[in-house]
Amino acid sequence: MKIVVCIKQVPARDSQLRVASSGAWIQDADLSYEINEPDAYALEEGLQLKEKHGGEVVVLCAGPARAAQTIREALAKGADRAIHIEEENLGAFDPLGAARLLAAALGPEKPDLVLTGLQSDDLGYGQTGVILAELLGLPHATIIMQVEKQDGSIRVKRELEDGWFQHVEMPLPALLTIQSGINKLRYATLMGIKKAKSKELRTVSPADLGAAAPAPLIELSRVYLPGRSKQTQLFEGPPKEVAAKLVEKLKFEARVI
Amino acid sequence: MSILVVMEQRAVQGPPAWSRMSLETLAAGQQLGRELQQPVSAAVLGQGIGSLAGELADKKLAHAYAVEHDLLKDYTPDTYSAAVRQLVEHSGATIVVFPHTYQVRDFLPKLATALGRVAVSDVVAHRVEDGKLVCVRQLFQGKLNVDVRFTGEPPYFASLQAGAYRADTLEAGSAAVEKFTPQLSPARTKPLDLFREAQRAVDLTAAEIIVSVGRGIKEAGNIPIVQKLADALGAELAASRPICDSGWLPMERQVGSSGQTVAPKMYLAVGISGAIQHLVGMKGSKTIVAINKDSNAPIFEVADYGIVGDLFQVVPALIEEIQKAKS
Repeated sequence: MKIVVCIKQVPARDSQLRVASSGAWIQDADLSYEINEPDAYALEEGLQLKEKHGGEVVVLCAGPARAAQTIREALAKGADRAIHIEEENLGAFDPLGAARLLAAALGPEKPDLVLTGLQSDDLGYGQTGVILAELLGLPHATIIMQVEKQDGSIRVKRELEDGWFQHVEMPLPALLTIQSGINKLRYATLMGIKKAKSKELRTVSPADLGAAAPAPLIELSRVYLPGRSKQTQLFEGPPKEVAAKLVEKLKFEARVI
Repeated sequence: MSILVVMEQRAVQGPPAWSRMSLETLAAGQQLGRELQQPVSAAVLGQGIGSLAGELADKKLAHAYAVEHDLLKDYTPDTYSAAVRQLVEHSGATIVVFPHTYQVRDFLPKLATALGRVAVSDVVAHRVEDGKLVCVRQLFQGKLNVDVRFTGEPPYFASLQAGAYRADTLEAGSAAVEKFTPQLSPARTKPLDLFREAQRAVDLTAAEIIVSVGRGIKEAGNIPIVQKLADALGAELAASRPICDSGWLPMERQVGSSGQTVAPKMYLAVGISGAIQHLVGMKGSKTIVAINKDSNAPIFEVADYGIVGDLFQVVPALIEEIQKAKS
């Protein structure tokens, strides 16, 4: 089975984010970056499917030059090769534009299965996978918690709200968006890291793919800190002091202790 | 120019019923209609949905569309996106809103792409500026907000987050029910059984006090620290999704959109940043307390009381103070 896993590099989870002076995005120069968490689960699922059924895992990533680090880490975990669509200003692409980039690189690969994380931790549209499926003309299912390969088809477990699930069957090729927690993530081994250095990492530009940034259909006009919906009483200081203050409030004001 | 609200119904147990968020979205659609001075219609898709369409008939709407077809009995992305697409074209709607449910997440991007549009997903609020719709959504798991504008041609598509609008502002009125039969071909995907995992042994919804733990706890070996806090308060222990994903606590203790929705007297969140998927499961709690090292963590936006600090120092101190207060 040939599997392409689409991954994205996002600011590390505990990053202190500051709005850029332009007001249109964050100050992203001094941040550290990592693989988008749901994409890490998608990669792991791809690797496990390959281990069970044979085949190849190709990693596809659109992002600036720094994304190469995240791609190398995916190769170190066991992906066979990678395609990096290098674009310094991915922000100029709306979700449809970004998916068109991925589709242009994906099409010639003719994969049996395309996997993505269900959403990104930065923009969080949760749309790229489904848009990609539509562009590629593939059937899809989202928020997947289990994948079973059958003869020429797959049976997946789709997560619904409130603890409900549904099994869905579909022919291959297909696209799935993977939910966090579907599997247990592996760490790269020392051997894996060594091997990754010699694996193929092909870098292409949007121009190479014939997919320049079209005029976006939606525009992020202003980024800002959300206002508080409640008057929060915040305590800061020595642990013993703040703990005593909080307990007093909980006992005499909120009356929950 | 007109607004179309696409409602969601489910027949998980018993006859088709509205998903809770659908009524919130309908109220939001009516609000948009007032602000933009445009007529508002609503649609329900499925099979055997006559009674739900009937419920739309006594709301203030221009049209109540009953979109019925045998192939809409069970949800599939192929049939639902094709049906809504045909309805959008038929109705001429210029703004189409949906509840941001798992089902909508599954087909809305496909529908928008088929029409060469980009949907704005997971909208938490909106404004009208110069007669134009500005959507507010969250970035970075709720750490920041962003204003989003549509820059292309209508129709514009948006999905609205659970709890962002209030269903109790729904305006009554009357609407003629219009049947709409889309042209559909069978879907490529085959939906099978709907099911729940093994019976839940823990009913968090019955707890008066919940202590909930998130990523800030760092490793499985640290869970006893919060268990002790829960014991001191006589509380149930719960967790955010990543903790259950990692197997540090069983899935049945998960609070959030994919776990349980709770509203206890007190919800104490320890080391939980407050991604929206978690907040929707607990923001109805009476008193919310949060302990987090990041003063900008979104959990503080819904908290009544907060301690900014290292949970490994704060929690032991808190246990001591609680024991003192209780003795």
